[in-house]
Parts: sequence; structure tokens; C-alpha cells
Amino acid sequence: MIERDEVLHVARLARLRLSGEEIDRMARELSSVLDHIEKIGELDLADVEPTSHAVPLENVLRSDEPRPSLSRERALAGAPDPLEGGFGVPSPGA
Amino acid sequence: MATPSNEVVGLTGARAAEEIRAGELSASELFDVYRRRAEADDLGAFLSVAERGPGSTDSDAPLAGVPLAIKDIFCVEGVPSTAASRILEGYRPPYTATVVERLVAAGAPMLGKTNMDEFAMGSSNENSPYGAVRNPWDRERVPGGSSGGSAAAVAAGLAPWSIGTDTGGSVRQPAALCGLVGLKPTYGSVSRYGMIAFASSFDQAGPITRDVTDAALLYRHMVGRDPCDSTSLDHPEAIALPGRERLDGVRFGVPPQLASESEGIEPGVLEVLERAIERIEDLGGSVEEVSLPHAEHGLAAYYVLAPAEASANLARYDGVRYGQRDGDGDLASLYERTRESGFGDEVKRRIMLGTYALSSGYYDAYYGRAQRVRTKIAEDFAAAFERVDLIVTPTSPSVAFRLGERTGDPLSMYMSDYCTVPMSLAGIPAISIPAGLSGGLPVGLQLAGPAFSENRLLEAARAIELAIGFEGVPVIADGRHAGEGPGA
Repeated sequence: MIERDEVLHVARLARLRLSGEEIDRMARELSSVLDHIEKIGELDLADVEPTSHAVPLENVLRSDEPRPSLSRERALAGAPDPLEGGFGVPSPGA
Repeated sequence: MATPSNEVVGLTGARAAEEIRAGELSASELFDVYRRRAEADDLGAFLSVAERGPGSTDSDAPLAGVPLAIKDIFCVEGVPSTAASRILEGYRPPYTATVVERLVAAGAPMLGKTNMDEFAMGSSNENSPYGAVRNPWDRERVPGGSSGGSAAAVAAGLAPWSIGTDTGGSVRQPAALCGLVGLKPTYGSVSRYGMIAFASSFDQAGPITRDVTDAALLYRHMVGRDPCDSTSLDHPEAIALPGRERLDGVRFGVPPQLASESEGIEPGVLEVLERAIERIEDLGGSVEEVSLPHAEHGLAAYYVLAPAEASANLARYDGVRYGQRDGDGDLASLYERTRESGFGDEVKRRIMLGTYALSSGYYDAYYGRAQRVRTKIAEDFAAAFERVDLIVTPTSPSVAFRLGERTGDPLSMYMSDYCTVPMSLAGIPAISIPAGLSGGLPVGLQLAGPAFSENRLLEAARAIELAIGFEGVPVIADGRHAGEGPGA
């Protein structure tokens, strides 16, 4: 069972704001999903290598040559607050 | 000479392309027929419909101008592409997904963008802020998800064919629930560039079509390495259009772990599977039991790994570079309020689950263990493919369920993916084909093969499809099919 303060801790890590009602519901729902997930705790996996990726590819590189890329204007076209050729954000100290 | 519009709607994509090439059908008229149908969509399948067709279509192009419905998860330059999330409302990407570029270049113009579960997270298409999608076979039921709009559109004859994406079953399961063919290709065989990311080690684009030939035809024009996706690879074989009618010498394996009532598979689904197995034997194929000992743990491993990857992928939605912004003046509230108002419940749930599984103190118990289960599942498949050529299972444990039936219980919704996630974890290709009806609703048969065995998969699927003779024509309303006149 996940406790309320654990939910709040994880929500802070994920930069999610949850309402009081959402916190309780999340605790309940995550607990039920985690109960199911915990079945993999029964398996003996001591000598098993982890798989992060289904395709055995490593360090795919390309030659380091300059190529055209998105222009500044196009990169900023979808920004909520384009500012002086950059992305406008509130001051972290504000 | 000119094919009447209701008959046009009964044509598969490949047949329509043939008629265009033969001069019996005009590509621009075909586009207009489908555009009118897509605009009259009352299933909630489309989020937007292209305003006009292609200026001129090269009828010699392989896809001859047959229009394509595209899941809203694919970026199309200048066209709203939101992955059905409020957080991307109004976003018009500055570039187009490679797979869309390739299909358009092959002669399939975009008909419109289709509805989906937000960020592809869901198995019913009910997690869309733009409304649920209805299943044309029974409008009170879900079309499956997350590519529910792409499936409903093809099943209702609002589009001749479509593309979706499959992370844990999101092409195969909606195809199954709507009586269609859905192919989840080998991981890496199709570029993910321009596909809005959910879980990057799983996500693959795939076709949703009326028959296996159409799936092969679209897939042929989707595959191949793309310098913009470092995980993409060239397919070792050219993709052939399947022509096989017999299955002599082909060995099929049925894993009891994914095909038993004790594992939660509906009896009606298992009956259809049994009949399909008899057809396979009639065609000369051999069928034996093979064990996938860890497959029953696939769902648990998947629901750790995919949310973990999602929690990292979705960190980019912070209200700074694109999409919606909310907040009250300081940076922390900008992030938190943007994400609070922009993400729906299921997306928040998965971000929370993934963040929890990756957080200090839980990483080894959840993420680490799930990665090891992933290895075991891939090993199970490798061992099975020593003995058989293809694996056969149901695609979905149940037929299409009622709208609202599972929304209150996330775990019961996740169980919809029980038969499809093992293949996703192993990165191997799998196809769902309609195998019959249970209670008047379509049941999908899933075939899976080793990595890059799409040709083998498509050949077998085509032979089984012919033997079953499922009517892959669109359902117009109340179970009536296109091309059926009054009293037909």
C-alpha cells in the first residue's frame, strides 16, 4: 500500500500538482497496480542480465559534419512565450 | 465504368489502387468520397480531416493516391499534431514523421488525423480529451486503443486504411476489436522519427487495414533505416505481397500461458481460436503446444518499464518550448500547473507509476527486476522458435467491452494488453487478423514470429485469412456492410 506522503513525494519528483482528492485516488490506484506488479518479486532472477532494449545495437554514430537544422524562427514558432530569440520563462528566483 | 461510391468504400486499399491504375477510378474522386465520409464521422474517430486532396496524384505511384488516416501521434508539418493531449493543443510541428513522409511519397495522401488515447496510453480510446471513439460494430462499445480512431475509421469505411502505433498492443488490439488486420512490426524496422514518444524501447508504427495484403503493402513503404532514428535498421528482406494459400510444413505453437480460460481469456474468444487452429491444420500446418513460462509476467514487467520510459519522455512537456502553458508567475508553478492542467488522469497515473519505479530505493525492486523479466521473456520466445515457426494466441482476452466498463479500474483496463505485451517486450513482430465473431463481435487471432520474420508472418496470415473468409468490408451502421443494397 502506498501512503499519501509517498504519493506527494513522487508527484514532486514528477513535477505534477495533485489535488487532495487526486492524492487519495492515486494512492489507491497505484497500490492496486503495484500489488499486481509485485508478483515479479517471486521470480528467481539472480543471474539474469537486464534488457533495456530489444535490438542489440550499440553506439550508432554518424560522421560529425555540419548539416542544416531548424531555423531559430521555426524552432520558436510553437513556443508559448518566445522572447528575444529564446524561450521566455519566469525567473527561477521570482 | 465508374465505380459507385458505396462500392468504392467496399474496396481494400490495394484493390482501390488497382482500379485507379486501370483507369476505372479517379484518385481525386476517391479522396473526395472518403473526405466526405470522414467529415460526416459520428464515431469520434477523426480529430481533423484534410481540407483538400493532393493537387495531382501520380497513379503510377505504388499506393496510387489511396488516402491514409493517420493517428494523431505522428507529426505532420504545419498540421495540428497533439497525441490527443491538451498539453499539445494547437501544436503544429515544424517537421513530418519519416513514416508519414515515406507513405505520402509512395502515393498515399493524408486523409486526416485520428483520435487516440492520450499519448497512446490506454486500451479503449476513452483516455482522449476529445471524447471517446465508438466501435462501429456496436456503438455502445469501445474500439480498443490506443489507436482506436485509426481502427474505427477503417472499420466504418471512413478511411480505406490507416496507421497507428503499438507500444504494448495499440495497433493489434484495436484491429482485433474492430474486425481488422493490425501489424506490429519488428522493433527498429520502422523509423520512430516524428512519432510523439511514449515508451521509446517499445514504440513502433504499424498499419491497420481490411486485409493482410493491405497491411503488407503499407508496411513495405514504411520500413527501413532512417538516419534520424538511431534505433532503426534496414529490413534484411524485401517485403513481399503474400500469395500463399497453403501452410504445408509450417509449424505453429500455442502457448497455454496466453490461451487459457484460467488466464482470463473469454470462452468465446477461445472457441474462435480453436476453430482457427482447425483451419490451420486443414491448410497443412502443424500445431503443437509450446511453453512461454514467463509470459504471464509480461504485463507486470511492461507496466513498470513502459511507464518508467514514459515518465522520462514526458518530462519535456514543461510549458517552455511548445504546447500549453499555465502557472502563476514562478518557474516551479509554471512546470507543475502546466502539467496539472495539460495531462489527463491516465497520463498522470503512468507518470507517477514510472517515477515511483525509478525512484531511489525502488529502482532495483521494480525497474531492475522488470528488465530481467524482459530478458526471460525474450529467451522464452527464442526457445519456442527453435521448435515452431510461428506462435498463435488470441489478440485480446475479450471482445470489445462496453464504454465505461473498465474506466474505474486501471488494472482491469491494463489486462486488455495481456496477450500482446510479451511480443512488445521481446521486440518481435506480431499481426492480428480477424478470425470470427463471438456474440456478434470480432475476435482477433494473433500470430507472432522471430525478429524480421514479417514475410513469413504475412504469408501465414494471408493463408489463414483466405481460409477463414472473414468479411473484411466496413460496417456502415447496425452491422450492415458497405455495398449491400436494401434487402441485399
